[in-house]
Amino acid sequence: MKTIYVDNNATTRVAPEVVEEMSPYFSELYGNPSSMHFFGGQVNTRVEEARERVAGLIGARPQEIIFTSCGTESDNTAIMSALESNPGKRHVVTTRVEHPAVKNLVGHLKREGYRVTELPVDRDGLLSMDEVSRIITDDTAIVSVMWANNETGVLFPVEEIANVAKSRGVIFHTDAVQAVGKIPINLAESQIDMLSLSGHKLHAPKGIGVIYVRRGTRFSPYIIGGHQEEGRRGGTENVPYIIGIGKACELAANHLEDMNVRVRGLRDKLENGLLEKIPNSIVNGDRDQRLPNTSSISFEYVEGESILLKLSDQGICASSGSACTSGSLEPSHVLRAMGVPFTAAHGSIRFSLSSYNTEEEIDFILKVMPPIIEELRAISPFWDGSVARSSTAS
Amino acid sequence: MWVYTDKVKELFDNPKNVGEVEDADGVGEVGSLSCGDALKLTFKLDEKGRISEAKFQTFGCASAIASSSALTEMIIGKTLEEAETITNQDIVEYLGGLPDKKMHCSVMGQEALRAAVANYRGEKLPKEDSDIVCECFGVTEKEIEDAILDNSLTTLEQVTDYTKAGGGCGSCHERIEGILQQIMGQAEAEVGPEKPAKVRLSNIQKMKLIEETLEREIQPTLAKDGGSIELVDIIGDRVLVSLRGACATCVASDITLKHYVESKLRELVTDNLVVEEVAQ
Repeated sequence: MKTIYVDNNATTRVAPEVVEEMSPYFSELYGNPSSMHFFGGQVNTRVEEARERVAGLIGARPQEIIFTSCGTESDNTAIMSALESNPGKRHVVTTRVEHPAVKNLVGHLKREGYRVTELPVDRDGLLSMDEVSRIITDDTAIVSVMWANNETGVLFPVEEIANVAKSRGVIFHTDAVQAVGKIPINLAESQIDMLSLSGHKLHAPKGIGVIYVRRGTRFSPYIIGGHQEEGRRGGTENVPYIIGIGKACELAANHLEDMNVRVRGLRDKLENGLLEKIPNSIVNGDRDQRLPNTSSISFEYVEGESILLKLSDQGICASSGSACTSGSLEPSHVLRAMGVPFTAAHGSIRFSLSSYNTEEEIDFILKVMPPIIEELRAISPFWDGSVARSSTAS
Repeated sequence: MWVYTDKVKELFDNPKNVGEVEDADGVGEVGSLSCGDALKLTFKLDEKGRISEAKFQTFGCASAIASSSALTEMIIGKTLEEAETITNQDIVEYLGGLPDKKMHCSVMGQEALRAAVANYRGEKLPKEDSDIVCECFGVTEKEIEDAILDNSLTTLEQVTDYTKAGGGCGSCHERIEGILQQIMGQAEAEVGPEKPAKVRLSNIQKMKLIEETLEREIQPTLAKDGGSIELVDIIGDRVLVSLRGACATCVASDITLKHYVESKLRELVTDNLVVEEVAQ
């Protein structure tokens, strides 16, 4: 059975070019970049080259790039740094639809006595800019808003929000883990102070992340230790993975056009095809302000885990915002924040594509998906007698 | 990813008795769309009062569909009295097991059966007169009590796994804890009066008792793993010990100490003891 991987917002295939470039650093090139001898020095040169490649993808200066272990560490570093650099300020602004890396951290801060404002989103998953500027006060230490939502792909106007934050003298951070490599980003032309990204979402391996810290931003390290990363993140550099994320960023820059033209086209074909073939299916999230690779679709009256297992039997790998898949009993906090009705939230499926996906794969999904939904709806007690049933009786 | 048994997979892929029995004698509907799973069970009795036909419709995950299918297979051919004895544990066994977090699927099966039987008899379900405890999932006190008693549940987390109660906003956690304590209190009372409170020990008595307990109870257990324990000192309620042999190098040494030695000493000597490892 062929594997059709359309779960690229969960993780991505490590690009073969990345593996190839990493491999010498697991064997012969094992020097410590901090060493004084040539053997470590040559590794240091390549680490700095990787830093330049990462900076290149997002329009940053190499000195503004700090390597971390993952996106979660980057998010934690950004928010904790802002709080530590502004000891008198006790207010944090974020949104209701953040990734757990931010959501659960601010939940923890709330218990520690910080005041946290989680901005609501509308039915399409969009933020209100008026709300953002209204909510910032003199007590606000940081505004942290994700660039692209992992479940729906909806994009937030983070550059605009950064301008508002800047004008009020507040640090702005964005969790751009889902955005980097999928949409063009130029930090040189923005007011964003800090940005998190993760290697394994853009065809580097798991275990490497980056935090961008704009020059001049007050910063306090999260992991305290040696002088690595200019004393901004202790711990011996994870050299092979740094080399890997550098290569992945270079590839991502080259693939941006493919992502925004061909992959977007495949996503649209898949989405439109499913909407057309399957009654009572609804796209979650604004269809314009969205990543080119993501589609979250709800199939009413069926449950997401069942759909995923049937898809999995056909070799198709996707995700769901259903309660049952997560081990929690409630459906995704993102869909709930958007007010997606329960009839739809439990049956939501997320397809997230990459440059590796082909048209044949999309055609195959379009072929197997309708009978899967039909089969599960035939078992569902809610489908019988519903208005939609008569329209699909043919 | 959930690890499902082959039986669950089989019944999910090829569920038996899907649909609705025509002119059903009993209909049971439990769960709702908002809860994320729901089951409608219908059955028909033959002239001898046995279930001749049973069908289900389920909205839910693989384990919910498999549990429903299992339920119909289990009740066909039984009288209502026989069918009523089927518990959620029987459904779990039929399926060869369910993940902890999916136990509520088997409970949903049992509840649908009870509801269908009550519907046939024209009775009200006891749970209908019961207060709702969990607003998020609409779970009543009676349902929680039944799940605790039927499955010998002891923790809030288990109650959530089995009934979903407490899995939403969390505002009912205290009430669920209360129900648990009440039921467990009753269970203890039935077993007999609580053990007499430990007598107050003098320092000498305490030291002797600690020594004896280490020697008779703890030493032999550790010896089985090739280790041994030696009493170094007793300062107030601090029991200083040194571990030898396999225990000292064993990665689980901390756990062995804290959980085993300490709980044993607390149980047999006095509640306040703290065990500490010291280097010799």
